Order: sequence, then structure tokens, then C-alpha cells
Amino acid sequence: MLQFSFWDILSNLLVATQWTIVLSLIAFFCGGIVGLILLFMRTSRIAPLEWFTKIYIEFFQGTPLLMQLFLFFFGIALFGVEVSPWAAATLALTFWTSAFLAEIWRGCVESIPKGQWEASSSLALSYIEQMRYVILPQASRIAVAPTVGFSVQVIKGTALASIIGFVELTKAGTMLNNATFRPFLVYSLVALIYFCLCFPLSWWAKKIEGRLNVAR
Amino acid sequence: MSYKLQFAELLPYWNVLLYGLLFTIVLTVVSTAAGIAVGTAGAAARTFGPVWLGRIVAVYVELIRNTPFIVQLFFIFFGLPALGLKLSETTAAFLAMVINLGAYSTEIIRAGIEAVPKGHIEAGLSLAMSKWEVLRHIVLNQAFRKIYPALSSQIIIVMLGSAVVSQISAEDLTYAANFVASRNFRNFEVYLLVALGYLLLALLTRSLLRALGRVIFKAR
Repeated sequence: MLQFSFWDILSNLLVATQWTIVLSLIAFFCGGIVGLILLFMRTSRIAPLEWFTKIYIEFFQGTPLLMQLFLFFFGIALFGVEVSPWAAATLALTFWTSAFLAEIWRGCVESIPKGQWEASSSLALSYIEQMRYVILPQASRIAVAPTVGFSVQVIKGTALASIIGFVELTKAGTMLNNATFRPFLVYSLVALIYFCLCFPLSWWAKKIEGRLNVAR
Repeated sequence: MSYKLQFAELLPYWNVLLYGLLFTIVLTVVSTAAGIAVGTAGAAARTFGPVWLGRIVAVYVELIRNTPFIVQLFFIFFGLPALGLKLSETTAAFLAMVINLGAYSTEIIRAGIEAVPKGHIEAGLSLAMSKWEVLRHIVLNQAFRKIYPALSSQIIIVMLGSAVVSQISAEDLTYAANFVASRNFRNFEVYLLVALGYLLLALLTRSLLRALGRVIFKAR
């Protein structure tokens, strides 16, 4: 029988960690782009667009991420397209991330005083110009801390991709556990690696938040 | 798309889904109550307890907040038996939920406690109230009023997160969905229905908590 040393387990987990990082980065960046589009739609004051984003955000925030993964995994297959766990996980995590980021950023945009909107519209700026030159530069300063904070949720969210069969850190842990029968060691290491990924981000988010409070 | 959705095929399994729904509700209610109790104790320990105890609580909070719930669940269910602590899947699910919400609510309640002005505590003590009376009537009373909205949304997040307990075969709503899907192969239909069920549950919980908050924290 194949024997696994401590270093075999650790190195296999670290290889799988790369996939956790890749999936997190893709979900975060694609989610950020979709989230930005949603933000523009949500604050556009065009009723149908606002309603669409409201329902979109409500759905992705009000249902478990696990259900969304299942829906993408089995839903796309209904169209006769073969879906890999990788594609389903990327799509589900992107849409899930976008809903949360759009809502976080909306809060930041709404915290900008009304006078800024009125002043810029009295200067004949269009809605897009108002956002681009007046509102977003101010809102983005407030948005950094909660956005970094949410990236931790994205990393933790990728753990659920293991359930539809995408081999990342958690799935690798499960497979190694099945091969070695050392659950305590394997899951301790998995938890530790997640902690090393997430804790610096949490810490950084807290630091930026503190700095913002001083500035005010 | 040539496929026709067939929701009628889910009807024979209504009792399985209903049982799962009830399990999820009970799981959420019990772990919310226990988790907030843990959180209150943790927050009190961090702000008023000895330094060493505060450090332990801080490590607990950071460990839980920076690891995925599913890993915590697997650690409790698969990892702890190696130390001789064997738990049933239902017990493990409840325990993991309480530990998880306990950490988040510790952090939330602590923020509330720190927002209580020091003068209020000194005023209470100078009126010969005991430490416990000050904590209960002055500190926690005000802290909970302030953090109630944050705590409410954390409860909903934990409720949605509980879908993961199906992975250790605790029989919640997601487990029921997986069961039905494995019987009639209508995966998409059952997951769509259950996702909407969760959505409804989240919306109901939110309005229920809001109404409850209005009753508990009546404007004085």
C-alpha cells in the first residue's frame, strides 16, 4: 500500500491551494466587473434596471451558495452543454460575488452627499460622467476596506466548489483523508492553510478601516 | 432548449422536503440561541475578563472567521473522532453551527459593548449596582439595541450557510433536495424549488427578526 508521509500530505495540499487561489482571483475579478455593471444599473434611476438588479441581488444573497452551484451545474447541462465543475464553480462564484459587491458599493455610493450629485448635474455632466468623475472617486475610498473584507468571504466560498467535484483545497483534503485515514491531521492542515490565506486579508481590511476613521 | 421542466415529479416527495425544511428551521433557531449565548459570554470575556481569557477568545474568533464553515464541519465530524470524541451527524451539525455563529456574534457583540460610554458603567457602579447588574441592565441592554441589525443579518447568513451540513448527511433541506434528485433525477427542478424555499425562508426570517426587534427594543 502507498504510504503518505507528513510532507506528502502537505505538498499535495499546497498544490491544491493554487486552485483555491486561482478560483478566488477569477471569481473576485469577474465578480467585480459584473458587480460594477450592476452598481451602475442599480443607481441609474431607470425603474426596470433597478428592479432587475434588486431581484438579482435578493436572489444571490438570499439563497445558499451551495444551491447556486447546484443550479449552475445542473441548469446549464439542460441546454445540452457539457459543464465541467470548473466552469460551474467559476460562474456561480462570479455571480454570487457580484451581488454582494454591488450591494457593498451601493452603500458607499449612497453615502456620498446629495449635493455632489446636484452640483455635478448642474454642470451638465451626464449620469455616466457624474459617476466617473465625481461620485466613484469619492466612493471608492470608502469602499476599499469592505471590499478587501469581502474577498475573505470569496476565498471561503470557493471551498464549496469541492462539493460539485472541483479539486481545490477542501476537495484535496477530503481525498487525502480517504487515502491516509488521518482526518485530524489533514483537516487541521487544510484549516491552517485557509487561515494563512484569509487572516492577512482580514487584518489588512481592519487596518484600512481604522485609517479611514482617523481621517474623518 | 428541448428539455421540459417537470415540477410535478417532485410532488410525491413533499414530505421529505417538508422534513428537511423543518430540520433547517430547528437547526437555525437552536444554534442562533446557543450561538448568541456563546457570543455574549465571549464578548464579555474579551472586554471585562482577564487578559489571558481575552486572548483565548480572540484566537477562537479569528480561527473561525478565517476558515470556511465546511472545513470546520469536517474537522468536527471527521477529525474529532480521532481524538476519541465521536459525534452523530446531527450533533456535529448543531455543534459546528453554534461554534461558527458564536465566533461571529462575539465580534459583533463586542463592538456593541465597546460603543457603550464608560460614564454609563461608572454611573451604574456609583449607584451601588453590582458588576453583574451593570453588565445586564446597562452594558448588554444598550449593546444589543445597537448591534441588533448586524446580528440579524448574521443569523440569516448562518441559516443559508447551514446548507453545507448536508455534506455530513445531516438531514436538512439541502440533504432532502439531494435525496429527491437521486431518486427521480430531476436535479434542476428540485434545486430550483429548494433555492426558492431558502429565499422565502431568508425573507421571512428577516421580517420576523425586524418585528421581534420592534417588540424587544420599544422606543422609550
